[in-house]
Amino acid sequence: MNVGLEHYLVVSALLFALGLFGVITRRNLLVLYMSLELMLNSANLALVSFSRFNDNLNGQVMVFFIITVAAAEVAVGLALIVALYRKRRSAHVEDLTSMKL
Amino acid sequence: MGPPDILFYVFAIATLVFGALVVANPFSRNPVTSAMFLVLTIISMAGLFVLLHAFFLAAVQVVVYAGAVMVLFLFVIMLLDLKEEDQRKIKKTGLVAGLVSVGAIVAIFIRSLLASAPSRDLAAPQLEGSTFALGKLLFTDYLLPFEIVSILLLVAMVGVILLSKKDLK
Repeated sequence: MNVGLEHYLVVSALLFALGLFGVITRRNLLVLYMSLELMLNSANLALVSFSRFNDNLNGQVMVFFIITVAAAEVAVGLALIVALYRKRRSAHVEDLTSMKL
Repeated sequence: MGPPDILFYVFAIATLVFGALVVANPFSRNPVTSAMFLVLTIISMAGLFVLLHAFFLAAVQVVVYAGAVMVLFLFVIMLLDLKEEDQRKIKKTGLVAGLVSVGAIVAIFIRSLLASAPSRDLAAPQLEGSTFALGKLLFTDYLLPFEIVSILLLVAMVGVILLSKKDLK
């Protein structure tokens, strides 16, 4: 059986599910963030495979933008985590339940 | 089944196994191990990109994600020095909620994949995601978004510097 669009989409779906599972079960803010990256990457994989099998390059440009925005998002998010850790001495979501610093 | 198909299975299984080890490693709950497995996930995913002839994106994936982003992650992990995180137990309710929602989303994905039209066996796609083709598109059709993204990166940089100042007002 030749590898087609469906194969890539199944990999992408399973990777997204793994990321979601991590976001819901893990309580460490940093691992949570890595799971988010996993979900973003699964979306990238789906976009690239759609782009390949539809002979349309626009999907890959979209992935390029997603990678750029994800890099900016990671920088800002990690800076927020560091700032939060300075105030609360914890990077654990269950310790971060109040809005006030 | 030609060599590219075998490579697909190799990279797909590697991506999924390493991805699973990022979120639920039975041997270590240390964030550093998660980060290292995320690097491996991203690199095997770059292999999948190469199989999809997205050569430029495969390179960007390795350079930006496995290089820059993961180094940033590791810096922050080292900075925070999380020691007591390993001892925390995973809550039962969280685990059940996770399994239920993941099962639901996988069911949705599989149903929609089955419902979609089976792929017509087209001739092998001709698309090549070379740097030339992608760059041409990026500097013609997508020039405005490209410039806006550069402003976004500048804003993110200023924001990060502001956030990481010692006395956050």
